[in-house]
Amino acid sequence: MKLALFSDIHSNLEAITACLEHAQALGASRYAFLGDLVGYGADPVAVLDLIAKFAADGAVVILGNHDAAAIGRTVDPLNANAEAAIAWTRNQLGDRQRSFLESLPLTVRDDNMLFVHASAAAPERSIYITGPTEAEKSMMAGNAGYIFCGHVHEPKLYYMGANGRPMPFRPVSGTPIPLGANRQWLAIVGSAGQPRDRSNKACYALADLERERMTFFRVAYDHDSAAQKIRSAGLPERLARRLERGA
Amino acid sequence: MIELGSGSDVDGFCLGELLHVGSMASIYRLTGPDGPLPLIMKIPRLGPGERAVNVIGFEVCRMVLGAVAQGSSHPTLVAHGDVETTPYLVMEYVEGTRLNDRVPRAPLAAAEIAQLGSALALALHDLHRQDVVHLDLKPTNVLYRASGEAVLIDFGLAHHSHYPDLLAEELRIPVGNWVYMAPEQVLGVRCDPRSDIFALGGILYELATGRLPFGHPKTVRQLRGRLYRDPIPPRAIAAATPAWLQEIILHCLEVDARARYSSAAQVAFDLANPAQVAITDRGSRIRKAGPVALFRQWFRAKRFEPAPCPPASTAIGPAPTVLVAIPATNPDEALFGALRDAAKRLAVAVDRCRIACVTAVPPAATLSGARVEDTATGRHIKYLVNLRRWAKPLDLPEERVTYHVLESEKPAAALIDFATVNEVDQILIGAPRGGAATRLFPGVAAQVVADAPCSVTIVRPRQES
Repeated sequence: MKLALFSDIHSNLEAITACLEHAQALGASRYAFLGDLVGYGADPVAVLDLIAKFAADGAVVILGNHDAAAIGRTVDPLNANAEAAIAWTRNQLGDRQRSFLESLPLTVRDDNMLFVHASAAAPERSIYITGPTEAEKSMMAGNAGYIFCGHVHEPKLYYMGANGRPMPFRPVSGTPIPLGANRQWLAIVGSAGQPRDRSNKACYALADLERERMTFFRVAYDHDSAAQKIRSAGLPERLARRLERGA
Repeated sequence: MIELGSGSDVDGFCLGELLHVGSMASIYRLTGPDGPLPLIMKIPRLGPGERAVNVIGFEVCRMVLGAVAQGSSHPTLVAHGDVETTPYLVMEYVEGTRLNDRVPRAPLAAAEIAQLGSALALALHDLHRQDVVHLDLKPTNVLYRASGEAVLIDFGLAHHSHYPDLLAEELRIPVGNWVYMAPEQVLGVRCDPRSDIFALGGILYELATGRLPFGHPKTVRQLRGRLYRDPIPPRAIAAATPAWLQEIILHCLEVDARARYSSAAQVAFDLANPAQVAITDRGSRIRKAGPVALFRQWFRAKRFEPAPCPPASTAIGPAPTVLVAIPATNPDEALFGALRDAAKRLAVAVDRCRIACVTAVPPAATLSGARVEDTATGRHIKYLVNLRRWAKPLDLPEERVTYHVLESEKPAAALIDFATVNEVDQILIGAPRGGAATRLFPGVAAQVVADAPCSVTIVRPRQES
């Protein structure tokens, strides 16, 4: 069973479509969307309708901080560009999209796996896992063999060392990494819709836990169209440039 | 835990002779109904009283051997058991001699060291090219096949830059063999292929002198001594050690990884071409640093920052070897100039690349009559002088240029052999031209293009129009 993991899609229809096609070609049969489905990008309605279809078929879908802001919940402060995009997004959403977002959980636990947008230590907060300290807190609180999350827009894999300290690892695109069940793992799958590590290719990951392995991918997509839509919508120019430059 | 021994059945594999009991694992030969199979099973020592590093070593070994391409430089992984229930690795049984068995005979002859060392360096290069650093290189981990090829075994401490480094956590005490460990490894760096080059230097030192370059450190403090204490020069211990060998050994044993050879292929190259080794102060030294220099080195070591690890996959890239095929007969100044310009551009663009100037000529004996040896030697020197004259305007430091005259009836095959054996990354060769100049060996360039193991650039002087 191959589980495709997407996070931080941020209303980028071109990116999520390319990632989904890539994962389907590789035989993905389960899907998880780890939050921040909207915000920043120009296709919130199309992206939410697409993901809602997957949810109806049993996909895991998690609420992210941008999603919570888009339906008017109180969240940790966002930056000015993000605020502007959320204000715009709110006006785009119809009842169907809003009630879909309303229905989303902050975490999902399935057997030995835990799905969360940011840190399992405080799923409702906007905590960035930027190092072993934050990773350790999330792993302790999550109490699952595999924690899959997003929020940080760079792919990263933390594995619990024998001394109780998680170690960070930057995955190489396309290389399957053995994830032994004898250890605890925390995978930040990277951002599908707004990568920020100086690559404009979309990130996602494919886990095959029966074979104890996981592969991170970078997928080229039509970022020009996505950026153009952001400009046409009158969203901040910086958000369009980010897609072009991946930074 | 079930006691295992000869005759036990593990996942359908039948254990035969117990070959080795180490601190981390036991190794059994596997047998079938008709006797021993060409397979071994490695079973990590787990359970009460055993170290956690044993199980991590098992995971690492499985991960790294599972990832590298099948090749002669390491045993092929055939099967593995689950780490939580029945951990084991089934691997190719390597029929060969152990480097460790040669150590008691040290000091060995320089030619033998060069042969063993260059095979070992090529095996290392094969791994480094795949982003693997062995990090536990020692004579007990090196075997030689009957063909002379070296095989590295025991990847329990290896590092593969595409995988999480499961051993990074064990860093409080440096893991690995302290005798051959590189200074940066002492400080916890585990991603630099040049650490293996240091260990290779330690092994060559031992083979040349019969002694260990840094003794047997017992404490981390003693281990840190190699950050500033240089080993006694091999020539001071074994006077018969040639200067070129000492140069190679001490070049491998530089404290700062950046000062060592940039790739194991370069070590193999120098060991295979001793006459080409540029002897510096390293090669001619006959005593250790004096107290003043030692104090300076000690002081520097206190602030020693290990070199950053070279980026993955390109770790070897920045130090390529470029072969320039220089025509021997009917010198053609225009072509000489064009080849030189092309070589210069590469040398400037990649400041660690090496230029091997090569001329392929037919064997002397077939051309000259009387006093064959004199003539042959004379001719050889003449060609070398031509090569040096060609390279002089490149104005490169001595250690970046080497000169080779290959005598062969088949110049194309000789060039290709040279490129293969010496891990050449690119060949520059003159285009076949109209006129007599390059007609002597028609099709050499075409043949090289067809069969070379690397990129070939055809160089043609600009035509007057």
